[in-house]
Amino acid sequence: MLAFILRRLAQALVVMLSVAFIAFMLFQYVGDPVASMLGQDATPEQRVALRAELGLDKPFPVQFARFVGNALQGDFGLSLRQGRKVSALIAERLPATLELSIAAAVIALAVGIPLGVFAALKRGTFASQVAMTVSLLGVSLPTFLIGILLILLFAVTLKLLPSFGRGDTVSLGGWTTGFLTVDGWKHLILPAITLSVFQLALILRLVRAEMLEVLRTDYIKFARARGLPNRSVYFGHALKNTLVPVITITGLQLGALIAFAIITETVFQWPGMGLLFIQAVQFADVPVMAAYLCLVALIFVVVNLIVDLLYFAVDPRLRIEKPAGGH
Amino acid sequence: MNTTAIKAPGALARFFDGDVWHSFKSSPMAITAAVIAAVCVFCAIFANWVAPHNPFDLAAVNLSDSRLPPAWIEGGSRTYLLGTDDQGRDILSAIMYGARISLFVGVASVLVSMVVGVGLGLLSGFAGGKVDALIMRVCDVMLSFPSLLVALLIDGIGRAIFPNAHDTLAFGVLIVAISLTGWVQYARTVRGSTLVERNREYVQAARVIGVKPSRIMFKHVLPNVMGPVLVLATIHVAAAILTEATLSFLGVGVPPTSPSLGTLIRIGNDFLFSGEWWITIFPGAMLILIALSVNLLGDWLRDALNPRLR
Amino acid sequence: MSAPLLEVKNLRVEFPTRRGTLLALDDISFDIAPGEVLGVVGESGAGKSLTGAAIIGLLEPPGRIAGGEIRLAGQRIDNLAYEQMRAIRGRRIGAIFQDPLTSLNPLYTIGRQLTETILTHLPVSAEEARARAIRLLQETGIPAAEERLEQYPHQFSGGMRQRVVISLALAAEPELIVADEPTTALDVSIQAQIISLLKRLCKEHGAAVMLVTHDMGVIAETCDRVAVMYAGRICEIGPVHEVIHHSSHPYTTGLMGSIPAMDDTRERLLQIDGAMPRLNAIPQGCAFNPRCPKVMDRCRRDRPELSDAGRTHAACWLLAQEMAE
Repeated sequence: MLAFILRRLAQALVVMLSVAFIAFMLFQYVGDPVASMLGQDATPEQRVALRAELGLDKPFPVQFARFVGNALQGDFGLSLRQGRKVSALIAERLPATLELSIAAAVIALAVGIPLGVFAALKRGTFASQVAMTVSLLGVSLPTFLIGILLILLFAVTLKLLPSFGRGDTVSLGGWTTGFLTVDGWKHLILPAITLSVFQLALILRLVRAEMLEVLRTDYIKFARARGLPNRSVYFGHALKNTLVPVITITGLQLGALIAFAIITETVFQWPGMGLLFIQAVQFADVPVMAAYLCLVALIFVVVNLIVDLLYFAVDPRLRIEKPAGGH
Repeated sequence: MNTTAIKAPGALARFFDGDVWHSFKSSPMAITAAVIAAVCVFCAIFANWVAPHNPFDLAAVNLSDSRLPPAWIEGGSRTYLLGTDDQGRDILSAIMYGARISLFVGVASVLVSMVVGVGLGLLSGFAGGKVDALIMRVCDVMLSFPSLLVALLIDGIGRAIFPNAHDTLAFGVLIVAISLTGWVQYARTVRGSTLVERNREYVQAARVIGVKPSRIMFKHVLPNVMGPVLVLATIHVAAAILTEATLSFLGVGVPPTSPSLGTLIRIGNDFLFSGEWWITIFPGAMLILIALSVNLLGDWLRDALNPRLR
Repeated sequence: MSAPLLEVKNLRVEFPTRRGTLLALDDISFDIAPGEVLGVVGESGAGKSLTGAAIIGLLEPPGRIAGGEIRLAGQRIDNLAYEQMRAIRGRRIGAIFQDPLTSLNPLYTIGRQLTETILTHLPVSAEEARARAIRLLQETGIPAAEERLEQYPHQFSGGMRQRVVISLALAAEPELIVADEPTTALDVSIQAQIISLLKRLCKEHGAAVMLVTHDMGVIAETCDRVAVMYAGRICEIGPVHEVIHHSSHPYTTGLMGSIPAMDDTRERLLQIDGAMPRLNAIPQGCAFNPRCPKVMDRCRRDRPELSDAGRTHAACWLLAQEMAE
């Protein structure tokens, strides 16, 4: 097992380095690093001095090492668009995105898994057809359209919920949270639902497909042949076997949530990292793009690692200890 | 002896086998989806002739007709069935032209994805060894990144490198961006099938005779693989169209001179609060229709081609 | 003679398909006495496994029982509701399937799977269930049974897994075991062990066995009586020794003749020409008539019923002819 962890850590390192490399290339060749560090208003003397100080005349590997060193400390220079430190910008916006993503993930799992189980167990009934159709809608509707429709219904027509911003937030140290105020929750509902729909639909279909596969296996047949009650067969044996592969895929999807947050944040003007990134792309603000890239890669890698470890904990076949003996 | 001679059916014949066609005929959802998709595609391709107005002809657009509601609401007019936007452009026509752009980008991206993915998959499965390992590594890394992010990045980089891009170049970058997110699925599926077929006796026999590997790949392995690839492609078209719409909505998709459905929705979004909902809702409805019908078709196709569910 | 434990009368199982209804079991009748081992032998597709599935009430849809009766100790079980049948499954009828690897849930310890089964059917405490589980494992010859309880299926070898499956089937002390090809997936060297274990344990626990297999050697070793199935029908049934050495039905004779024997010198193995018909192409009259070396006109018209052939019962018009002569 230790070997497994070490191997995965090594892989993670490789991925991070590749991403850092791409970010570095962005920095060097697509944007102007001097401009990004000093902002647009630097004098020619300042630029020359900075070039020497940054070692832009030094060989490539040295520059790359420097970049990585800075990156590890969170220093990505200044935003071309706003002139502020990139790291400060991101730190400001990170809590908003994370809270939104977590809320959406909870909704997707809490609704998607039970519905998927239901659609599998009650296969062929009208109710399960409805669930499947709804899930198909979920993957056919683009996230931004869902957001717009929800705004149209709840904010414009019914005037029940707000349609932009985060509402009142509370500062806890470096973190701002919207979870502690009613207003914060009201602002969170529509964006969280919007963000969760795609994932919900995917999880529903995945759970249903997996469960149907599992219900076809010999061990379920044998469990029935032993006269075990339906409750044990479905929610004991079948469900446990269904959830194991679902965990992995869900974990990977949770990483995608953070990316999809970009859309939701744009529609609802949610002040998170995604909105920052879109503005950076529109403006070709390379330092911000590079920083976002590295951060998202880091989150993915960490989530993947956690998922792998979870898989390990849940599936006994992966813990190869002593070989099978005797006959 | 009651054995019958076995005739190897051609790929096309196998595809239109009785079961698949029968399954289509007996599924009202599949037929409806196909009809809807066909209508949308028709309108999109022949927009020049089908659309009642040309919304891009500046001479024909009348500013005094701006912000008209759909014909069945008070204040609307029959000339503009679905209403007009703030510039006086007919929404119905704009939808048709927009659908054309959306479909074009979607289908083009899928084609590129398919060619790249299937090619790399065949190569990976057939060559094996280091080539295979390398390609699979790349697949793994690409899979862990969400498609939207990759598309955004490439678009952003393209924008930074070519700040005053020509329209065609912008389209090119967009198509490349979207296709780069999809090829991995094809590669993996094709690789899997190739690995299975590679060990079949007829392939080994062909190698012994001296048939070139590329010929074996294209003539024998490829037809066996087309089924799942087609299912993937169908579902992928819907996904590609939605990705393009999302990118255009975010302002980083198609150039503003050729608005796709996503662009139209973005423009219309600004008028949501002033009550002119039709400017954004109708393009949205068209988008949903196309995506939904294509997805339904893909779903049905997958079930029809799955031997275990027959 | 004591009352039979299991009675199957005129059982018909059909599969409605898009292309018409297929009759997979056509008028099957046989009995199993308490404690008896009945073998059911036949080629693949003859309907042996379906018979077992019908008896335990786990026919895969769209298959369904279309006619006839199944009685367990006099009580009809083919028309029971799911919950009533569930109470019988495991408790009064146990089942063993072919592949021990896929029969066990890979995510549960075998101890958990054993105690779960015991607690479902028997009113005992958790500790008692655990003790029983250990005893069962020891009976099936698994060493270090107590430690093995905490292990997972993948930590056992093929033969050991089948022993676990056997103990699971016997866990609730059933009166009848339906064993569907229990040794087919095992190494030949292990097959003999498992089969003799099955026979011994069932005898000790007083359970009857319906042993479904295509392996005549296993039948000869283990069974008291044997039924030979062909195209969804029983063509011959009787005591094992008689069916093997004094068969009346041409199919049975052909089957026995095609098995090589150690003490036999033969140039060629006997072969029955042709193949068993598919379900949608069963010939009229006797299903075997296209391949039968002794076919008569009547065989192609009328279907023969099981009738007394002296040592066995066989469904063949040759018997009627002999009677007439």
